[in-house]
Amino acid sequence: MADNKAKSGQAKSGRLLDIRNLRIEATVYPPGEPPRTITLVHDVSLTLEKGKVLGLIGESGAGKSTIGLSSMGYGRGGVRITGGEVILNGRDILKGGKEGLRKLRGREVCYVAQSAAAAFNPAHRLMDQVVEATLLHGTATRAEAEKRAVALFKKLSLPNPETIGERFPHQVSGGQLQRVMTAMALCSEPDLIVFDEPTTALDVTTQIDVLAAIKDAIRDTHVAALYITHDLAVVAQVSDEIVVLRHGRLVEWGGTRQIIKEPRQEYTNALVSVHEIEHQEQQPGTAPMLSVKNVTAAYGGGHVKVLKNVSVDIFPGQTLAVVGESGSGKSTLARAITGLLPPEQGSVVFDGRTLGNRLADRPKEDLRQLQMIYQMADVAMNPRQTVGTIIGRPLEFYFGMRGRERDKRVAELLDEIEMGKGFIDRYPAELSGGQKQRVCIARSLAAKPKLIICDEVTSALDPLVAHGILKLLLNLQQVEKVAYLFITHDLATVKSIADSIAVMYRGEVVRYGSKSKVLTPPFDAYTDLLLSSVPEMEIGWLEKAIAGRRMESAGN
Amino acid sequence: MSAPIVKLVAQRIALGILLLLAVSVLIFAGTQILPGDVAQAILGQSATPESLANLREQLGLNQPAYIRYFHWLGGVLTGDLGTAMSSGQDIATSIKERLWNTLFLAFWAAIVAIPLAVTLGLIAVRYRNGWVDKLISGVALASTSFPEFFIGYLLVFYFAVQHQWFPAISTVYEGMSFGERLQAIALPAAALTLVVLAHMMRMTRAAILNVMQSAYVETAELKGLSAFAVIRKHAFPNAIAPIINVVMLNLAYLVVGVVVVEVIFVYPGMGQYLVDHVTKRDVPVVQAVGLIFAAVYISLNIIADIAAIVANPRLRHPK
Repeated sequence: MADNKAKSGQAKSGRLLDIRNLRIEATVYPPGEPPRTITLVHDVSLTLEKGKVLGLIGESGAGKSTIGLSSMGYGRGGVRITGGEVILNGRDILKGGKEGLRKLRGREVCYVAQSAAAAFNPAHRLMDQVVEATLLHGTATRAEAEKRAVALFKKLSLPNPETIGERFPHQVSGGQLQRVMTAMALCSEPDLIVFDEPTTALDVTTQIDVLAAIKDAIRDTHVAALYITHDLAVVAQVSDEIVVLRHGRLVEWGGTRQIIKEPRQEYTNALVSVHEIEHQEQQPGTAPMLSVKNVTAAYGGGHVKVLKNVSVDIFPGQTLAVVGESGSGKSTLARAITGLLPPEQGSVVFDGRTLGNRLADRPKEDLRQLQMIYQMADVAMNPRQTVGTIIGRPLEFYFGMRGRERDKRVAELLDEIEMGKGFIDRYPAELSGGQKQRVCIARSLAAKPKLIICDEVTSALDPLVAHGILKLLLNLQQVEKVAYLFITHDLATVKSIADSIAVMYRGEVVRYGSKSKVLTPPFDAYTDLLLSSVPEMEIGWLEKAIAGRRMESAGN
Repeated sequence: MSAPIVKLVAQRIALGILLLLAVSVLIFAGTQILPGDVAQAILGQSATPESLANLREQLGLNQPAYIRYFHWLGGVLTGDLGTAMSSGQDIATSIKERLWNTLFLAFWAAIVAIPLAVTLGLIAVRYRNGWVDKLISGVALASTSFPEFFIGYLLVFYFAVQHQWFPAISTVYEGMSFGERLQAIALPAAALTLVVLAHMMRMTRAAILNVMQSAYVETAELKGLSAFAVIRKHAFPNAIAPIINVVMLNLAYLVVGVVVVEVIFVYPGMGQYLVDHVTKRDVPVVQAVGLIFAAVYISLNIIADIAAIVANPRLRHPK
């Protein structure tokens, strides 16, 4: 296959991709201001040898995906490549025109998206989509391509490799879809694959399998890869070299070992160092503030049982962390406690009295005492209301505050979440992800609740920002004496914030107790799997973790 | 076909039948509320209390309303729509031919309009926000904004009066050959096409544009598919449900809403028949035509619903 596209440069140096002084710009339309051009990527240069894996790492907005997609000459959402060269297999692809780009996309370079669930067309069978690029570029007949796809399904250890192609995307789990997408990228035997956060949307226990599958496939097919992620521990498992990016500039570029063991730049060091918050666990008090007693809950009129006989206690001013993978019933537990999903059996006892099962049965005072913060801060706020209105709303609703009194309290709350007065008149769209989540925290605090349910509140944030939010939550707990029910799938977060932990698996609490007790061996099989699946920033961790597992993860 | 889909489709059909029954009650009740009854209308000036009572007895008008309703409904279900008061003719016979004419006109208008609208919508998406898109949108919008009688007269003026390519009056009668019929309906069909085109085109464009934001469209672009192949293969199948909906609404309009066009071109269809008999206050005919229009409208919407259900891979292939 090399004959029809090999150029003299490729054979000599073995250099596959050479990005020189890449500059990428976009036009933004800020509300109420004239449009202006911003530079997303500032003169970044990097090279990739054939068959090697280069990790691109950085926080959101660092330009990782933008640079990755530039290797296919693609600008997402009106982004323009305005300067530099992208030399692939010895030629500048930016000079090849649209026709030239179409010929290389899906042929020389393939793309694996973050969310395979969204990246597969729901209207077509998987096999048709997997072989589409191969057939389009005419590198194989349909029969050959399908044979190749089945072989790839096998290599990526997908269940029923012979028949999984006949399925539609919605009939396959997220972790499996991610592997099918990798097979799709490999099917046309490209020289380069761009992996754009391929495991970020997955559960830790699933991530480890997909990661191993991707790593094996890269090794066996000798394809080169750009591996984009914000998780250094993940990228350390698969890459030969790592490029650290920040605000569209290259910060540091080196071998994987050098980056994670001897970072030369301060920013890399901040990324590499472990951000564990020292949190001394509090002993459970005598009387729990909120008790969930033998709650069983179901969706679809009792058809799908999502909570099975769940009992947990939360003590005043303390944090109960609920951990488990998606579908384990964590958020449903929150819905049962708040009354959004009335339990079929069991009860929720708050301050010594049983709460009404349904939301409508609860007096306003009970509603005030239990507040929620959500994962997606930007959709949890009305985009047409200012920060002042958003935080002021519970003050008006629960306490009847008006005018200057309310504004004063809003200013105090903004102060508490470490945001200045200047934010009162801002709209959510003008805030960063971390600031949005802070406003949501202030809104829940405004009600002066005894318990705040935090549902994956740091999952959508960059590690450094998430770290700041966790610290803020801990400080606020000290000041306001509020208790948290902290739902998360991230065990590092749990260690930082919890006093007690409940591990959930398929709707049941499989392990429950104080933090030290839950995190001390001997473990049950599921907790062991969960703990051992958290990536560690160490080369060779992946192989060790896979070898040492006691149970298969779900989704397999 | 799997179980849930059969259940959903059966539900839709049952709902449609229920709705049609409700409409029949409304139509019947509506004509009862109007002052006067059929006996008065028939006898007119010559009515005396005795003759009225006799005729009412004869027509069964003395029976309670619900019995008359079921009587009427029973007749409708067995194909007996009653007799027209003005002419004394059997309504079912008169309607049969006219319904056929209306469907013939609607069919040919649809055959032209639907593929044209969808193709124009696809092209508009392909060149979105460029001059091609704006031209398509502008022309389609202009043709919809003109009242249909205006378009009708424009067509007559240009194609019938100035160039004499097509007849200005679309009379059709028995014994006409297929080609002659087609030529006769060319102008009304063109007028109808222009009226319904923009709605379908713009809906197609909007539905596909909505889907164009999806990640799978990006995936397709990154496979190297051409812009048009991306739209046709990856965007269109996922936008089909809203498109079918608006197509069916317009098909219904082609049958139910052709009154003005039929009158302009003096085309012997249902619309003309209805207008004639409304002016004559011929209640049984108005009832029958109203019920047929309702049936057409409801069935086309059911078809749209069912098509949307069948087009959804999640329902077609459950987990």
